[in-house]
Amino acid sequence: MRGDRFVVFAAAALSLAVALPARAILPIQHWQTAGGTRVYFVENRDLPMLDVSVEFPAGASLDPRDKSGLASMTQGMLKRGADGISEEEIARRLADAGARLSGRFDSDRAGLALRTLSSRAERDAALEVLARVLQRPDFPQAVLEREKVRLTGALKEADTRPESIASVRFYRMVYGDHPYALRLSGEVETIAGLTREDLVEFHRRHYTARAAVIAMVGDVSRKDAEAIAERLVGRLPPGAADEAALPQVRQPVRGETAVIAHPATQSHILIGGPGIKRDDPDYFPLFVGNYVLGGGGLVSRISVEVREKRGLAYSAYSYFTPLKYPGPFVIGMQTKRDQAGEALKVVRDTLREFIAEGPTAKELEDAKASIVGGFPLRIDSNRKIHEHLALIGFYRLSLTYLEEFMKNVERVTIADVRSAFARRIDPDRLATVIVGADEGEIKAAAQ
Amino acid sequence: MDRRRTSRSDSTTGVRRAARRIACALAVCCALLAAAARADTAEYTLANGMRVIVKPDRRAPVAVMLLWYRVGSIDESSGATGLAHVVEHMMFKGTPSVPNGEYARIVSATGARFNAFTSQDYTAYYQALHKSKLPLALELEADRMTNLLLAPEEFSKEIKVVMEERRWRSDDQPRALVYEQLMATALRTHPYRNPIIGWMSDLENMGIEDVRDFYRRWYAPNNALLVVVGDVAPQEVFELAQRQFGGIEPRVLPPRKPQEEPPQLGIVRLNVKAPAELPYVLMGYRVPVLRDPEHDREPYALEMLAGVLDGHDAARLPSTLVRGERVATGADASYDSVSRGPGMFYLSATPTPGRTAVEVERALRRELGKIAEEGVTEDELKRVKAQVIAAQVFQRDSMFFQARQIGGLEIAGISHRTIDLQLRRLQEVTAREIQEVARKYFTDDGLTVGYLDPQPLTAKRPSAPPAGVRHAR
Repeated sequence: MRGDRFVVFAAAALSLAVALPARAILPIQHWQTAGGTRVYFVENRDLPMLDVSVEFPAGASLDPRDKSGLASMTQGMLKRGADGISEEEIARRLADAGARLSGRFDSDRAGLALRTLSSRAERDAALEVLARVLQRPDFPQAVLEREKVRLTGALKEADTRPESIASVRFYRMVYGDHPYALRLSGEVETIAGLTREDLVEFHRRHYTARAAVIAMVGDVSRKDAEAIAERLVGRLPPGAADEAALPQVRQPVRGETAVIAHPATQSHILIGGPGIKRDDPDYFPLFVGNYVLGGGGLVSRISVEVREKRGLAYSAYSYFTPLKYPGPFVIGMQTKRDQAGEALKVVRDTLREFIAEGPTAKELEDAKASIVGGFPLRIDSNRKIHEHLALIGFYRLSLTYLEEFMKNVERVTIADVRSAFARRIDPDRLATVIVGADEGEIKAAAQ
Repeated sequence: MDRRRTSRSDSTTGVRRAARRIACALAVCCALLAAAARADTAEYTLANGMRVIVKPDRRAPVAVMLLWYRVGSIDESSGATGLAHVVEHMMFKGTPSVPNGEYARIVSATGARFNAFTSQDYTAYYQALHKSKLPLALELEADRMTNLLLAPEEFSKEIKVVMEERRWRSDDQPRALVYEQLMATALRTHPYRNPIIGWMSDLENMGIEDVRDFYRRWYAPNNALLVVVGDVAPQEVFELAQRQFGGIEPRVLPPRKPQEEPPQLGIVRLNVKAPAELPYVLMGYRVPVLRDPEHDREPYALEMLAGVLDGHDAARLPSTLVRGERVATGADASYDSVSRGPGMFYLSATPTPGRTAVEVERALRRELGKIAEEGVTEDELKRVKAQVIAAQVFQRDSMFFQARQIGGLEIAGISHRTIDLQLRRLQEVTAREIQEVARKYFTDDGLTVGYLDPQPLTAKRPSAPPAGVRHAR
């Protein structure tokens, strides 16, 4: 019956807080295409639509230093002409079908996602475009030159923005020689040197069948899903079985502070260091602990100390971004420039106290209740389910990752949080970036 | 994208969401994509005048609750701008039974996401939560509808937070400043000329008694609308609403005066100097909005026109200005037909490095001129209609979108039951009607043009006026 599968998932999620069901919350179907592409599929007939993405380990961390921006440009140029069909024609065909093509790009991942109606004609037209752009991009020279100009403008603009200036410097300080230090989109100078041949070669090497991951949610049968998967990646080169390894991320030896002049009315402050990997053994203590520290919105310690008690900022937060290699741990806020020193002191004290003492029993209990209680919201739409599928697929997480996620959250103790933070976050070795502070504040920050 | 909304960033993902919102505040999606949802709703009005609309969506054991108050920056007066938004902030600052900080703590511990937003037209409070927590959500909302403490010491801290928000959202955002200045220039009398977040001077001079007055005046059940979308039974929600809100007395609401904006008598231009690299052009044309979904024609034609210009990647602006001619690195058109106040059709563009603001303005106006003179092709129209049909399906994937659409229409005085009618009307729009609205409204006399004049980062900021110039409160 149409819809049955999804009803099961919904009912299961409901009972989650009480006892984890034997049955998977998300009924993920998983297989490989003939060429070795991993496919993750959830059939859901509630709405006449389909979400499908194809992703590759082809993110910015693969950029050579002197060609920073290559991976991003390659991904961005996929839909700019393919198999002899122009970018205008590609855009028209997608628009005629009412389909939306979007991209994903970060340090690890690069890919495209399509949202289309599931009615046959629209779906086929949209998938045909996706199959072409993934497998037969043309990377037209003239279009590449235009995109280089556009990107250069955008980067120069970004270089005037305090939040962007802070972020670029922050990643350089935290990651040093590691590729995660590079700006995702590249730099003005490195983009200038990118050639069509660079893009063709990057695509040939990294957009391969064995490296690809397909995530699919929506109104199609398993049989159709299998056919769709073959069509999307069947013409890709097989590629190597193993992905190229990156150097290990090194922890900075000492804490550094950079103060950058800017005329903004607010200082933009970032503090942090290398954090966690997707499969990190400390993932759950750090994730749950961070909810208490600065991830839990208005109730987090950082927000309470900076915003609620002192009115120093509109937003003050902390987060971990788990990646293939340790992604960043970030504390951020913006505050009126003449109070940057005060805000910095408050947030540093809050961090030190949290690392020394960990969360209280009540805080930990509330954090777990919030994460577990909010679980149904994580998968209440096709879009969100699709996000999870893509994540599980790319990082080779277990098909029951979501169920285990909740159990792992429940298991975290105060001692786990304290131990993990003490080992992983050393307040004396964090990078601090302050963009747009006044003289006196600069001195205070340097202390 | 909605230019007319500001918001706290309270929920767990609020920071990133807020950042994205800023990014899209200028991107401007095709407004016609905002039409959709099925009219399978149930509606009930409590004896005190509070309305409740429920739309079942049983895909997940979740409910999205939006409590709307029909009060926004449109209801503020000169010298008191930003009040609606400050009240929104203070709504999280405690009642006798739920002290300061407790609302956030209680709601967070249920796993709910929560937030609130203030627009020109409304203030809305949002929770997405497991359906079993809906009674708690409504209890908390009913409590703060009447029992807000509004303690002076909390106000004095929160107003600083709001000023930080203003710095972050407006003062240090060159393009947001262009928008703010354009509105203040394009409109001479209507309150839409004031920013939702308020002018800094008004924030600096605001007192707790201003906030208290505003709250007392507008926070009443007969000025509220509860919308719930999710895995819920309408009858149960009605009963819950009756239990929680039924005992609250209605108030006599202040009269709402139309404040009609006088006709614009000629083109208006402005320049905004701010630290930036590239210039930027924002143009606003005065246009009508939807008042009568059955008989109005022009707002639908304007929606489709925005779609022809910028509704998808093959639309005219990206295709011609960005990819073809390469005069702009980005170009947008946007129009929102749903609004309590006067309507505006926006166009914006960023010149390609080496090109000028004058050139992109000329290019934008030439594109409008082409439509006024030559109209649009049947293919183009069909393509935009395909977007409308698809959007209508895609939007049903989001409970939040559905709740927002229902409430947004109702607040603007348009029944959510006309959603299907509106979709039919959009499908009926002809190429000729699009040409006619282009001819009628895209004239110099109704145009305001704002330029961002980029300044080097080393330039001195304009100094603040001496304190004595500020109005005493």
